[in-house]
Amino acid sequence: MAYSFPEEVLEYVFAFLSSDKDRNAVSLVCKSWYEIERWCRRRIFIGNCYAVSPQIVIRRFPEVSAVKIKGKPHFADFNLVPEGWGAYLYPWISAMARSYPWLEEIKLKRMVVTDESLELISKSFKNFKVLVLSSCEGFTTDGLASIAANCRNLRELDLKESEVEDLSGHWLSHFPDNFTSLVSLNMSCLGSEVSFSALERLVSRCPNLKTLRLNRAVPIEKLPSLLRRAPQLVEFGTGAYSAEIRTDIFSNLVEAFSGCKHLKSLSGFWDVVPAYLPAMYNVCSRITSLNLSYATVQSPDLVELISQCPNLKCLWVLDYIEDAGLKALSSYCKDLQELRVFPSDPYGAEPNVSLTEQGLVTVSAGCPKLQSVLYFCRQMSNAALIAIARNRPNLIRFRLCIIEPQAPDYLTLEPLDTGFGAIVEHCKQLRRLSLSGLLTDRVFEYIGTHAKKLEMLSIAFAGDSDLGLHYVLSGCESLRKLEIRDCPFGDKALLANAAKLETMRSLWMSSCSVSYGACKLLGQKMPRLNVEVIDERGPPDSRPETCPVEKLYVYRTVAGPRVDKPDFVWTMDEDAALRLS
Amino acid sequence: MAMISEEHSKEKLGFEETELRLGLPGGGGIVNGDFGKNTNANGKRGYPETVNLKLNLSLKETEKGENLQKEKNLISCSNNAVKPPTKAQVVGWPPVRSFRKNVMAVQKSNSEEGVGGTATFVKVSMDGAPYLRKVDLNMYKSYQDLYGALGKMFNSFTMGKCDSQGMMDFMNESKLKDLLNGSDFVPTYEDKDGDWMLVGDVPWEMFVGSCKRLRIMKGTEAIGLAPRAMEKCKNRS
Repeated sequence: MAYSFPEEVLEYVFAFLSSDKDRNAVSLVCKSWYEIERWCRRRIFIGNCYAVSPQIVIRRFPEVSAVKIKGKPHFADFNLVPEGWGAYLYPWISAMARSYPWLEEIKLKRMVVTDESLELISKSFKNFKVLVLSSCEGFTTDGLASIAANCRNLRELDLKESEVEDLSGHWLSHFPDNFTSLVSLNMSCLGSEVSFSALERLVSRCPNLKTLRLNRAVPIEKLPSLLRRAPQLVEFGTGAYSAEIRTDIFSNLVEAFSGCKHLKSLSGFWDVVPAYLPAMYNVCSRITSLNLSYATVQSPDLVELISQCPNLKCLWVLDYIEDAGLKALSSYCKDLQELRVFPSDPYGAEPNVSLTEQGLVTVSAGCPKLQSVLYFCRQMSNAALIAIARNRPNLIRFRLCIIEPQAPDYLTLEPLDTGFGAIVEHCKQLRRLSLSGLLTDRVFEYIGTHAKKLEMLSIAFAGDSDLGLHYVLSGCESLRKLEIRDCPFGDKALLANAAKLETMRSLWMSSCSVSYGACKLLGQKMPRLNVEVIDERGPPDSRPETCPVEKLYVYRTVAGPRVDKPDFVWTMDEDAALRLS
Repeated sequence: MAMISEEHSKEKLGFEETELRLGLPGGGGIVNGDFGKNTNANGKRGYPETVNLKLNLSLKETEKGENLQKEKNLISCSNNAVKPPTKAQVVGWPPVRSFRKNVMAVQKSNSEEGVGGTATFVKVSMDGAPYLRKVDLNMYKSYQDLYGALGKMFNSFTMGKCDSQGMMDFMNESKLKDLLNGSDFVPTYEDKDGDWMLVGDVPWEMFVGSCKRLRIMKGTEAIGLAPRAMEKCKNRS
């Protein structure tokens, strides 16, 4: 270089780069930029905990203060990943405890977290501030007690929808009396009752508390006491929202809610007694996010509530809302961006509510900002999908679950290819798509042709042949995550598109037709992929090579084969191919 | 039922075409292509074409890990010869998270504990009290439970025996007359026919099903009810 640009200046400039994409680009400019960047990267995102090892991360980025790690594949949410599969947090904490003493933030999704890990976190990181455990499992309330007791500067404790072994509510009482830094607490997934007086005192002494999501065990009569102590709350989740009708409870609640001038988000609402919903009306005009997805409330009551929320941006609700309620939503909530409608009776043979494709069509027509949809229903038509696509070309996420697998267009009895085709053709910014209903290879042709921004695709009970998979792998340029179950996709498309898999985070295929032989071949050809066969029937080489594997999980990695595999997971690599053939 | 037209043949892109064939359920894979073989040891895999003989439909085969129930679905999508198990047995479908499933299951069982499965709120008035109350009859399992709750609710207004034991006395016919003559309180209810009845005559579940509102009357006013109530009971049994 003719001149030297002071490193400090570059470092100062790089500090303004928050996106990983930008930082990664910067790292590739030259060696010195790589060096400067790696010393000043503070936030790390690891989309697949097995794509890289703690050692590699620590070696490259020595001064990290925030880590976000994702573990199990998405289909683990639906019990498709056997127990004991992996995604253990402990090795990460153990390594980071030594190398990142000033770590402040740990956010995890679908990882196995033990009490031991939580205790290590609480004792190793002196300035620990944020712990978010989303759909995690493996720990008990004892682990939470360690966090409460030892993390003096804790700001955020969010258990999202984790599976916690709830030994008692005593953990909350472990927050010391001089602990005042709490900003966010989400304990909604816990079952046990915490000491209410401890909770009251905690809320009272934390002036920066903005998010409080209670668990079901906190009764409605006790809510006013908490709300009065935290009028600055922005996000609030109730406990069980029911009691016998009493005017004193009602009026206390009205008064307490009225005092919260900053509330934007409401959730909770287990066991709702509809008569108590009006207690919130005073705050509804400011509400932008409403999670009623556990509220077993009928449509008229839902409509009354929603009609009070003209600024609603995000609604999660059960299908009790019905088409009529969605019609009301579309007329009252013109700012709506995200809608999720969950099934109240997913396993019932007959529909229990009057919710059809019409509800979604109406919302798509009436809500111009709608961009994110998750919708469970029992009937769909191509006409409806085409209408939705034409109405809402700005859709970014479209996840449709028609409850009956392979259900055709109920009007024409045809597959829903053209309907979903319209979605990908019109919605050019679509990033996430989940398919359902009767679908042939044709829909995948449409997807491969049009869905150029698609990053995540979920497929179930669809397609006719390898052609379907080939269309997707060869056409979807932005694809990062592909998850497939129960489809007749086999070896040909997979092997023909092997190189594509290195450009993606991961591929999941279960109950498909990929043979053991093809998996071995893939593992052999692609050393930078971990090709993992999950098969609970025993070693795959005890069956013919042509035999399809139960489940296949393929992901790119720089960490080599897993060293913590359970006995039902086999890595197809060069050695394995030689060993087993 | 019209016949479903055959699927369009696939373009050749180096992949073999699959063709529709008719075959009896349980027949071997007739489909061309790599996956036509029935090689799975435990019989889960395989692609026999199914013909719904009644409706003359022939269907595209798709791979399934488990079988599905299709009784009501005229377009039978079942492609295996074995009788399909019920929907609930397909692992992970519909894709609802365990957390949500568990919560909904608990809520469902809670609501089913009461009669009728939904809340049954009825108005409760008491002679002399300034305002009415409401109770959810499903919250209680017996008359005793109900009396206890009512007693607590109206405690401040009563001077006489309006407690659990006091109301239980009405179950005892011999005490009935004495109590009706006194100034004590008597629980009564309006039933579906619009008649005012004495609480306690019929089995609890029947009461919950037929009670429209409750009125806690002064004993003296309730005298007229007792014979009518007994008459009605006789007519019913």
